[in-house]
This record gives sequence, C-alpha cells and structure tokens, in this order.
Amino acid sequence: MSRLIDKRREDASQRGWQQLLHLDGTLLFGLILVSAFGLAVLYSASGQSSEALLRQGIRLGLAFGAMVALAQIPPAWLYRWAPWLYGAGILLLVAVLLVGDVGKGAQRWLDLGFIRFQPSEMMKLALPLMVAWYLSETRLPPSASRLLVSAVLIILPVVLIARQPDLGTSLLIGSAGFFVLFLAGLQWRLLALLGGLVAAGLPVLWHFMRDYQRQRVITFLNPEQDPLGAGYHIIQSKIAIGSGGLFGKGWLNGTQAHLEFLPERSTDFIFAVLGEEFGLIGILVLLLLYAFIIVRGIYIATQAQDTFTRLLAGSLSLTFVVYIIVNTGMVTGLLPVVGLPLPLVSYGGTSMVTLMIGFGMLMSIHTHRKLLAN
Amino acid sequence: MSRASTSGEFHGRRRLLLVVMACAFAALVWRAVDLQVLDRDFLQGQGDARHLRVVEMPAHRGMILDRQGEPLAISTPVQSVWVNPQEIITAREQLPRLASTLNLDMDDIQRTLASRAGREFVYLRRHISPDLATQVRALEIPGVFLQQEYRRYYPAGEVMAHVLGFTNIDDAGQEGLELAYGEWLRGTPGAKRVIKDGRRNIVETVESIRPPQPGRELRISIDRRIQFLAYRELKAAVQQHGARSASAVILDVQRGEVLAMVNQPSYNPNNRDHRRSDHFRNRAVTDVFEPGSTIKPFTVAAALEAGRYQPHTLIDTSPGYLTVGRNTVKDVRNFGPMDVTGVMRKSSNVGVVKMALSMPPKTLWDMLSRVGFGATTGSGFPGESAGLLVNHPRWRDIELATLAFGYGMSVTPLQLAEAYSVIANDGLLRPVSFLYQDKVPEGERVMSARVAREVRTMMEEVLGPEGTAPLARVAGYRVAGKTGTVKKSIAGGYADDRYQALFAGMAPASQPRLVMVVVIDEPSRQEYYGGVVAAPVFSRVMTGALRLMNIPPDDIPPPLQASRPRGAS
Repeated sequence: MSRLIDKRREDASQRGWQQLLHLDGTLLFGLILVSAFGLAVLYSASGQSSEALLRQGIRLGLAFGAMVALAQIPPAWLYRWAPWLYGAGILLLVAVLLVGDVGKGAQRWLDLGFIRFQPSEMMKLALPLMVAWYLSETRLPPSASRLLVSAVLIILPVVLIARQPDLGTSLLIGSAGFFVLFLAGLQWRLLALLGGLVAAGLPVLWHFMRDYQRQRVITFLNPEQDPLGAGYHIIQSKIAIGSGGLFGKGWLNGTQAHLEFLPERSTDFIFAVLGEEFGLIGILVLLLLYAFIIVRGIYIATQAQDTFTRLLAGSLSLTFVVYIIVNTGMVTGLLPVVGLPLPLVSYGGTSMVTLMIGFGMLMSIHTHRKLLAN
Repeated sequence: MSRASTSGEFHGRRRLLLVVMACAFAALVWRAVDLQVLDRDFLQGQGDARHLRVVEMPAHRGMILDRQGEPLAISTPVQSVWVNPQEIITAREQLPRLASTLNLDMDDIQRTLASRAGREFVYLRRHISPDLATQVRALEIPGVFLQQEYRRYYPAGEVMAHVLGFTNIDDAGQEGLELAYGEWLRGTPGAKRVIKDGRRNIVETVESIRPPQPGRELRISIDRRIQFLAYRELKAAVQQHGARSASAVILDVQRGEVLAMVNQPSYNPNNRDHRRSDHFRNRAVTDVFEPGSTIKPFTVAAALEAGRYQPHTLIDTSPGYLTVGRNTVKDVRNFGPMDVTGVMRKSSNVGVVKMALSMPPKTLWDMLSRVGFGATTGSGFPGESAGLLVNHPRWRDIELATLAFGYGMSVTPLQLAEAYSVIANDGLLRPVSFLYQDKVPEGERVMSARVAREVRTMMEEVLGPEGTAPLARVAGYRVAGKTGTVKKSIAGGYADDRYQALFAGMAPASQPRLVMVVVIDEPSRQEYYGGVVAAPVFSRVMTGALRLMNIPPDDIPPPLQASRPRGAS
C-alpha cells in the first residue's frame, strides 16, 4: 500500500518538469542518444568535416526546437487543424506537379521565394492526422463506407507523390495511412483482400514504374549482374558492412567509406559506414536505441485517452519503424534501393524536422492527458 | 460505448504489429550477423581487393662510371602520363587543357584515343619532368594517370656515345656497353602493397613486399679526360681535312684496358628524336679497313724472329719496284740499298716484300694471327668485327707480298691497337677490356721480347727527321709508331683518289704505357698521308694523355748548364 503511494509520488515529482514543458523525458533521452551517435558516425562518414558536423548540429537544433514547439500544442488543436492541413497539403502537392522545381530528376520542391519547401514532407504528418481525425469521428471499428473514404484519402497523396517521383516518401505516407486504418480496426477479411490486391497489383505496378525504378528492382534481385553500374551501390555497401566484422574497424578507420568506394556514404548509405567502423556491436546498439524510441512511442499510444490521439500516436511510431527498416534493409541488401534517409543519422535536414515534429506530437499527446481523478 | 472492447482490439493489433516489427528487426540483425560474422572473411577480402593493390616499384639502372669513378650514365626519375581511354571519355572537355600542358596536338590525342578506345592503358607522353608531372596531377582529370619511370642521362653526350651506347624508352640497353652489360646494369623492380581510393590514387603504403633492387654500377676502363681530349682532336682533324669518318683508340698497355675510344661522326644519346642510326656504329670495333703500312712492323718482327734478318741487315730496294708474278710492288721512290731499320723508316714496300718472300710462307701469317688479327679481341663489345686474315692452303707469292704491306687483310682499329700493344709490351698479348679490372690478367707471350724491343727501336726512326711521321712526335717522350696511307678498295680494285690516313704508335718508347691508333677515312683536302693527317692527332692526344696519366718523360735533353742556386742573385 505504502509502496503504491510512494510510486505515485515519485511519478508526480518526476513528471513535474516534463509536465511543465510538455516533454517526455524518456523519449527525449532516446532521441538525444541516437542523435549523438548519429553525429559521431556522420563526422567519420563526411571525411571528418567539421563543417558538415556543424551544419548537421544546427539542423538537429532546429529539429529539436520544432519538436519542443509542437509539444506545446494540445492535441485538440491538431484535431481541429487536421482537415485544413490535409487540404492544404493536397493543393501544394498538385502545385508541385504543376510548377515545382526539379532537383535530381524529380519534381519535389516548391519555391515560395523565401524558402524552398517540400510539400510531401508536410503530408507525412497531415495524412495520419487526417485519417485519424476522420476515423475518430465515429465509433470504431469503422464502417465500410468510412474505410472506402479513408482509402481515397490515403491513395490521393500517395499517387501524387509517387508521380513526382518519390517512391520512398510515397511508401512512407501510404504506410502511415495504413497504420491508422489497421489500428482503427480494419477487418481481417479486408486486410487479406488488400494483401491479395497488392500482390496481384505488383506486376501492374511494374508497368507503371520508371526505368530507373525497374532497374533498382532488377539490381536488388541480382546485384552482381552489373557490379560496376547499377549494382555498385549495394555491393560496396555490403562489403563495407561485412568488412566491419563483429567489433568494427574503429571510429574513423573505415576504409571503404573513406577511400570513396562507398557512394552516398554520409546520406542514405551512412548505415554502412556505421557497420564498417562499429561492427555488429554498433549496429545492435543503434537498433536497440531505435527500439527504445519505438517502444516508448507505442507506450504513449496505449496511454492515449481518445481514439484520435491513440491512432495518431500509433501511426507516428510505426511509421518511424518503416523508416528504419526501409533504410537499413536497403543498405544491407535485404530490400531494393529506395531513397530514404536513416532517421536522425543521415546528413540532411527536411525529413529530420518533419520526423521531430512527429515526436513533438507524441510528447504533446502524452503530456496533455487529462489527469484522471484518483 | 464499448471503450474496453475497442481498446482491447487496439492492443491486440498493436501487439501483432509489434511482433511483425520485431520480426523485421530480427531479420535485420540476422542480416548483419550474416554479413559481419558469417560472410565476413569473404566481404573483407572483397573490400581489400577493392583498395589493396600490389604495385611495382621501378628500380633504377646501375650507373656507368669511368675509371676514376666519374658518372657517365645516370638514371633520373621521370614520370610518364598514361590514360584510360574508357574513363577519360567522361572528361572530354578537359582534354584541351591536358594537351596544352603536355604540349601535344589535340588532334593527335583524339586520334590516339579513338584508335585505342577499347584499351585501358595508353601512354600519352613519356618521360616528363617532375615539374610538369605536378602540373598534370593538378589538373585532376579522371582517367589520366602518372607512372614513375627512369630516364637514362649521359652527361658526356656525344663524346661517349659510341662506347656507352644507349637505352630505349623502356630502359633496356640498345647499343654499346649498355647493351653488352644490360643484365648487370638492369635493376629488379620491387613490389609494394598500397591502399588506393575509389579514384585509384595511392593513399598509403601498407607494406613493402620486395624492395626495388637497383642495377649494379659498372666501372669501365675509359678515362673521361683522355676521352674528351681524343674526341676534340679527332673531330678537329675530321673537320680540317674534310674526312668522311674517323676513329681513335687508346689502350693502356700494362692493363690491356681501353682508355679512350672515339669516332666521328657521333650523335647525342640524350636526344632520342634527332639521332641517325648510321651514326650509332662504334666504328673502332665494328668497321674494318686494310691496315696497309701499319702492318709492316709485324712483317719485320716475323722476319727478325725467323732469324734471317737483323736490324742492320741490308736490303736492296732498287730500282724502287719489284715484280711479283703479274703484279708490281712500288715504293714512293727508289730508296736504293737500306738496312731493315731504313725499310721501316721509309716504309718501303719493296723492302718488306723481299723480307716476306724470303721466309717460309706461313711465318708471316702466324705472326699476324698470334698478335690477334683475324679474330675478335674478346672485348665482348656488341657487333665487334673479327676482320679478315685468310690462311691460304697454298700461299702464292702475290698473296704473301700484299700481306707484307698490309693489303688483302682487314682489321678494326681496336685490333690494330691490340696488336701494337704486343710490340709495346715486349711481346706479351693481353686481352682487351672495356672494364676497369681489379686484377690484370697475365699476358700471353706471342713475340720474343728481344724482337719486340728491336722493332720498337726501329719504329722510333719513323718519327725521326728522315721518317714518315715527324709530326707524331711528343715533346719530352720517345715515341715509336708507324704511318699508313691506304688506298681504299673499291669494286674491281683500288681507288686512286680515296685514302685512309693511319697512324699507330706508342709512348714512352723506352717502356711503353699507351698505344694509340688513329684512323681517318677519306680526307678530302689535298693532304691524305698518314704522317700528315693522322700523326698530328696522335701527337696532340698522346701529349695530353701522357701528362694526365702522370707518366714520367723519357726524353729529357741533358741540362745545358748547371742550375744556379736559388736566391743567389
């Protein structure tokens, strides 16, 4: 009995600053650890460039700032804004297809004069918000018509983004929407049907793929077919990871990365640098840190007090998992090459800010719970 | 509201997703284990194979030194530019800059690349200076690489060209001693394991597998100072007399070593582009000529050894010609009766023919053969000629007669010098060497010491006031020698207007140290006598060589009066 009281007291005192700042200490701890590890790997992968380190540091600062800011916004506000955000996102995506800037062969950017903006990043958050909002209007499990509307809500931005083309983001957004549907209680029968449709649709998808995307699939199935061309990335990446062994070659001592055998080593393929320099141990540590964050995210979802926040928190956490698995799967050759960064580790800004805003939402959900009367 | 049931449903689904995720993570971890533990050796090998390379380290060729240790051939490090045509395609727009840096024609480069588009290694320009190589490297054009090599440099240039020869662009000897001692001079390339980055630049050396083994040094017998002197004087004489070509050889009598060997025309071995292959020949060992009167000392020596003649034996050379079979042997004029010394002094053809015909036929051939004619000297110099000395099964008088004054046989300048060194060396024949010898080989006796000395004394008369070569004299030294003025043989007989001017001699005559042979081919300006064209070259070079060798004079006139004590005035 007394133990229970003590525990509650402890909880309360511990929660004090977190409740005040609307931050979740556990989640923050995990995020900071991953970021710090990421900076160390990036420093090595960038060829010990202090400039790259500084830039990434500033981005992390901005992203954490955005997270803290978002954490202050009560979930109720998010609920209110969800449809508007989604609508604006769709409009911007259409605008991108019409007047967007072309970068690296894809039309993803919108130049607003003062800032270059990637509407697909916004959609990463707007879509789960929208679907969660829509499904939480009525009781769960959702009716067939609601599921149908939700499917349209999901497919619309997925197709728009896939046309840019940006397969990675499109996949992420699609899965974010799917997770909301699934958690909301998508019938098993429908799920099976969906699975069947996807399997049947793959050859159709092949038909709509662009040449470079088809090439990626072929390369994935047989990288050794063209080791100096298309298969080069993945072969070099596997070599880098494999040569790291159990304990790695040590920080700053990776040869494949530093000798410029490994392409995109500070961005999408940074996981290979980690594998080479820190070995299996390093990979396990990073995956454990990620798992820590994910588990905390799922916990927050279970502790959520209403359908909207529960679905949102669950979807955000699970999308984070997709991020990790798609990137690491690609780098280790388990999955085809899809251009997604390794969250919090890869060099680059936009997606990191989006990601951290998502964690800000999680924190907001957790810290804006109505305290239940004892 | 059935909050509990939806919540329960949510938890179930969440659990399912977590299990799926856990499986995905497990798959990832398994993949990492697969790559990093199970496939580790293979992948590490693959990684090493991508950046570890064994590269050859070029070894430089051994230096060639003269007998004093002065460098005559040196290898200096240079760079060669090569390209990978398949790679440079991606940087076409940078080619003009490369062309201007290397001073190459852009069209030539394009053509070279087009014709070898399928290759991966094409030399663009070889042997550029380290300075230029730095500029090329700074261009950072993909597909353009540098390779270290060595270039042979000959400080003495055309002066040593024929003796040393030269190497080709791949550092292999092509002519002369570079060719003869190629194996000795050649280095063995080393090997090292290096780390190369993705652009194939060497980042660092991991280990040296085998250090490069530089070639060994070669100390040759040539004395650079005497060589320069001989070259200068021979060249001057060739220009003065408008000669076609010329050779000179100086031998160290006591060691059998070649101290100098020069030829005209020569070439600059450092300049690969403007060499003429007809100038490459080391005429002093490859070209033969009829020795003419320079053979007479051996005819006399054979006669003396046969015992029929003494230096003072009288021979009647009148009326200045002698009919042998259907041919007539002539002297310049009628010398009348002379002793053997007189025959030598005046170079009387009639005199030597009479001596030769009075001996058993094979005696003269024996003597000539013993002193080395008709066989190579064994110096090992590439392309050395053996000359011609025919041993007739049945000697006819005319064959014997022509041989007596040096026709009907052919020799190289080096052979003639070797033969003269027998007379100089009191009858001992020493093998000729182009190398500085730590141990001088024993000589082989081919002529009695008495005869050698007597012939030498007679040969001193050649330089006397009555002789044919007073111009060969060297102040302060007694010199023995013999002139030769040879009509060149042409198709169907001998030319009347083409001569070779010869002089062969030795000094100091009391105990000879140096033998020198001068051959000047086709002097074209009036004078053509050996005593006028070749003898002065001998005199000037021998004067300098004796001084450079610190050889004490043996012909100091007695002081006219006793020297006054110093400080007496």
